Order: sequence, then C-alpha cells, then structure tokens
Amino acid sequence: MKLFLFILKRFFRLVLTILIISTIIFFVIRVIPGDPALVVAGIDASNAEIQAIRVKLGTDVPVAVQYVRWMKKLVRFDFGTSLISNQPVMTLIKQRFPLTFSLALLGIFLGILIAIPLGVLSAVHRWSLWDYFGMVYSQLGMAIPSFWLGIILLLLFSVKFPIFPLFGSGSIKNLFLPAIALGFARAAVILRLTRASMVDELSKEYIITARAKGLTEKMIHYKHALKNALIPVVTVTGIQFGYMLGGAIIIEQVFSLPGLGRLFLFAIYQRDFPLIQGGVVFIAVIFSFTNFLVDMFYSFLNPKIRIS
Amino acid sequence: MELTIKDLDVSFIQGDREAHALRGINLTVGKGEIHSLVGESGSGKTVTSTCIMGLLPSPPVRINKGEIFLDDINLLSLSEEDQRKIRGMKIAMVFQEPAKYLNPTLKIGVQITESLILHLGMSKTAAEEKALDILTTVGLGGGKRILHSYPHELSGGMKQRAMIAIAISCNPLFLIADEPTTALDVTLQEQILELIMDLRNKLSMGTLFISHDLRVVHDISDRISVIYAGKIVENSSKTELFAHPMHPYSRLLLKSIPDAEKRGTRLVTIPGKVPDAENIPPGCAFHPRCPFAEDICKIEEPEMKEYQEGHSAACHFCGTGKIQ
Repeated sequence: MKLFLFILKRFFRLVLTILIISTIIFFVIRVIPGDPALVVAGIDASNAEIQAIRVKLGTDVPVAVQYVRWMKKLVRFDFGTSLISNQPVMTLIKQRFPLTFSLALLGIFLGILIAIPLGVLSAVHRWSLWDYFGMVYSQLGMAIPSFWLGIILLLLFSVKFPIFPLFGSGSIKNLFLPAIALGFARAAVILRLTRASMVDELSKEYIITARAKGLTEKMIHYKHALKNALIPVVTVTGIQFGYMLGGAIIIEQVFSLPGLGRLFLFAIYQRDFPLIQGGVVFIAVIFSFTNFLVDMFYSFLNPKIRIS
Repeated sequence: MELTIKDLDVSFIQGDREAHALRGINLTVGKGEIHSLVGESGSGKTVTSTCIMGLLPSPPVRINKGEIFLDDINLLSLSEEDQRKIRGMKIAMVFQEPAKYLNPTLKIGVQITESLILHLGMSKTAAEEKALDILTTVGLGGGKRILHSYPHELSGGMKQRAMIAIAISCNPLFLIADEPTTALDVTLQEQILELIMDLRNKLSMGTLFISHDLRVVHDISDRISVIYAGKIVENSSKTELFAHPMHPYSRLLLKSIPDAEKRGTRLVTIPGKVPDAENIPPGCAFHPRCPFAEDICKIEEPEMKEYQEGHSAACHFCGTGKIQ
C-alpha cells in the first residue's frame, strides 16, 4: 500500500513535470525574437506567402489560443508536422527512436558492465593493481573525447581489422562500436562513483556488525555493502541513460547512424520549428520518464525513501 | 565456557609512531558471569573487545604479546578463517548505536537469519522459524511483522532488541556488549539491561559488559574490572567494589556519580584526562591525576596484588591506610 502510494505520487510528479516543461518550451520559443514564419519563408517571400506560413505554423492567432492548441495536441502526443518533410513530427521521432534507444541501452549496458565490477574491486582491494587500473581507466575515460574514440575504433575494427561494418544501421553489429564509444566515458563516471560509494559504505558501522556475525568477506561486500553503495550509482546511471536517450549527436554523426540526435541536428540546420519544438518536448518527456523509473528502482534499493 | 585474557599487550603503529593501547590486560570471565569493564573513553575498553572478536585490523594494530582463551581455544593463534567461524557462532557482540550498526537496506529477518543459515546450515524456512523464537526471547513478539521490517521502521529500543537478537541467534557462549545502553533513553536502558541479565540466565552466556557508566554497571554486573590507560587497575566483585573501592581511580570514579543524597554539594570530578596512548606517564599511569601520588608513583609501576580474596588492585598505597 505504501509502495503503491509512493508510485502514484511519483507518477503525479512526472505528469506535472511534463506539463511545466512543455509550457516553458512553448513560451521560450515565443519569446525568442523574430517571426519563425519570416525565417521559413526567406527574404524574397511575399506577404501573402508569409501569412500562409503563419497559418500553417498556427502563429496567426493570439498566444493564449496557440497555447491551448499546443496543450490539446500535446496530450495526444501530436507535435505537429515537419516543415521540411511534411510528415508528422511524431512519425519522424518514432522512426528514429528505436535506433537511439538500442544504442543508449547497449552503451549504458557496456558502461555498467565495465564500471560496477571494476569499481567494487577497486574499493574492496584499495591501492591494489585493480585500483590503479581503475584510476587510469577513469582518467582516460573522462579525458578522451567520444568522437575521437569513435574514429579510432572505426579505423581499428572496421578498416584495419574489418570485424565490424563501417556503416549501416541494421544489426547489433553496427551498434557495437558506437556503443563502446558512448559507454567508455559513461563508465569512467560510474566507476569513480561506485568506488567512492563502496569505500564509504565499507567504513560504516553496520559492516562491523556483519564482520562480528562471522560473515564471509564476499557476503559483507556483495550482500551488505554493495546494495547500499549502489543507491547513488543508480541515480547517476539513470540520469546518464536519460541523456543518451535524447540522441548522441556526435557519435551518430561519426558512425553515420540515423538516430534522434541527427534528426534534431538537421531540424536545427533547416529551421524546422515544429520538429525542434517536438524534439525538445520529446527529450524532456523521455528524460522525466527515465527519472521516474530510476526513482522506482531507487525505492527498491533504499527502503527509507518509500516513507518520506 | 570461560574467557581468559592473559597479559594482552596491543599497540597501534603508524609510521614510527606507536600508541600503546593495551599494556598487559588480565581478565577472566566465568561461565554465566556478567563482567563489566569500566573506564573513561580512550582507556582501552573497545580495543579489548575488538581484540577478542579478532576484528582489529593489522596493520595498524600490532599484538605485542598475550593470549585470549575461550576455554581451551587460543583465539589469537587461530587462522583468519577459523576466527571468522567463531565470530557470531561462539562469541557475539552487541554495539552502542543500533541505528548505525544495523544495515539500513536489509530486513531485520534477513539480518537475523543470515548467520543461522551460514553458521548452522539451516534452511531459509527453518531459520525464519528460529528467528521468530529469538525475537520472542528478546521481547519483540509480534513476530512476522518485525521480520519484514527495515531498521528505520523500528523504534530505538526495538532496534537494540533486534541487534541483541542478531547477536544471540546462534546461541553464542560468550557475549560482548559494548555500551549497549549508552544511546538509549533511561527507561529503555533499564529494559535492555534486564534483557541482558535475563539472557544470561536463560542461555548461561558469559558476558563482557563494557561501559563508562558506573550506575549502569552497578545494576548488571557480577564482577567489575576498572581499566585505566590500557591496564586493569582494580578487579573485584561488584558488591566489594562499591563498598570498599581500593584504587584511588576507582574511588574517584565512584565519588563522581551524582547522588540525590549529596544534593547541594559540589559534584566530584577527576581533574585532567586519560593520558594519550602515545605518551603514557612513567611509573603509575594515574599519578599525574592522583591526589595521593608520591615520588615512588612517578618511577615504579605498581603490580596488581590481591588484597582480599577476589579483590585486587594495582596501587603502591593500597592496604597502607594512606588512601582515605
């Protein structure tokens, strides 16, 4: 019951966040100086043409009316129609999202796979070889730009040793290298945090109790310390995953993958206002939703959170 | 089961600095006896108990000499793995602040049953049955609900009872209680002390009760050892100690207990503080704070001597009538 109430509360907060975000986005776009219709129409357009674009964009009516229309469409996940391709924004996003989602999922998965075991080992065997390896890794991971890593990976594993395809986006094989390029840096952040959090937990008093009970070191580390240590790690990993779901512009560019990042990048190049607007809202919604899921998982790890 | 500590000498080493934490502790706790170890903070109480548990990390800790026997098992000579098997199984420990010493993310049931499953090889269901019994023993009837609670869902007193339940789960032969009532309200203190005495009777465990509070010790102990700067300075039965304290330090400790009958008079305090384990004064470690100290105290360290049957103290002037 308590858990159900907690979920309900968080869900309500999610909806509220999305409403506020979309309102802010709506007004920010209206506040930016310049008439989008003028930009779209170009310098040579006649007044009639500009007016037609205004009608198409819906900017010919007062802001209040526009806002109501915007909200009405929003609840139906209707972000309007792209000015360039004339397809509904939602259709475009739906086409691109699976790729971005798979890439983000694989990226965060590889990141976690490197970071958490290495972070735990570093914390448990402090100042050991594992720990030094972890430190070097996290320094490199944070210092190396992901586009550079992407290019090097391509050169090594697609050109020199052609294990992975150079381009294309059909199979998981195409996603592997970009996922590594993405996950490498995320892993560095998660690794540092896991190590710090684990070291912190291992110095807590309940660990002394666990030792006094005669538990094995393995039980102490994995059953007692890790569950507590993962609490902050889950939060940060979730946020990282949320960012990745918004599309990885640079990596998608390097590996010429048709994901959300590139969709929105081109929308900006081409001043495709409905697409930009829809894209921003979409990213915000996805990000809030990921946070909601993180909260759920968090409450599973940390029973205290459920009552507060 | 009897616990015997013989001439235990322990230092903390850091670089070329050495802190002499225990300087030859001798202590015997008989079967079913509650033996209190009393002293100010920094006197070596917790180091003694942690050493019995085999939980002192080395380095920085160095055991210079001494032995700890649980009946005929020499605890200090055991391998780490054998020590681990004794912890929780034969010797258990209860700590000061249950809120910190319980794992916040594991249910009480899991925290009780895991040692049963590990040490006694019980199945999960059998362990849960047993855990319910143990909870009743420590006065946490209500059973299943407690098993499925997290520590933060229990009150302070309940947490300490749960902590004790964890400690006694495998029917240990010996219990170390490190200031188990210090973090609790006075009314709860009373209840927890009663519980510890009750358990001693039921399980006939020997108990080493560590405290800085003589009033608490008065209620619970059979015997008392007073520790000062890593050395036991007086050892006696409780009644003897409270009636005829011998060592000046014990006498001052007793005098510093606030008492309703002494209303209006100034509370006695002991001037100064426990010496730093890195700089223990030569001779009798207590001499800088002792009102009776003479030249010999600064040079020669007094031996522990038995002045009456079962009552010993380490002071040059014990039994001379000089200490009033």
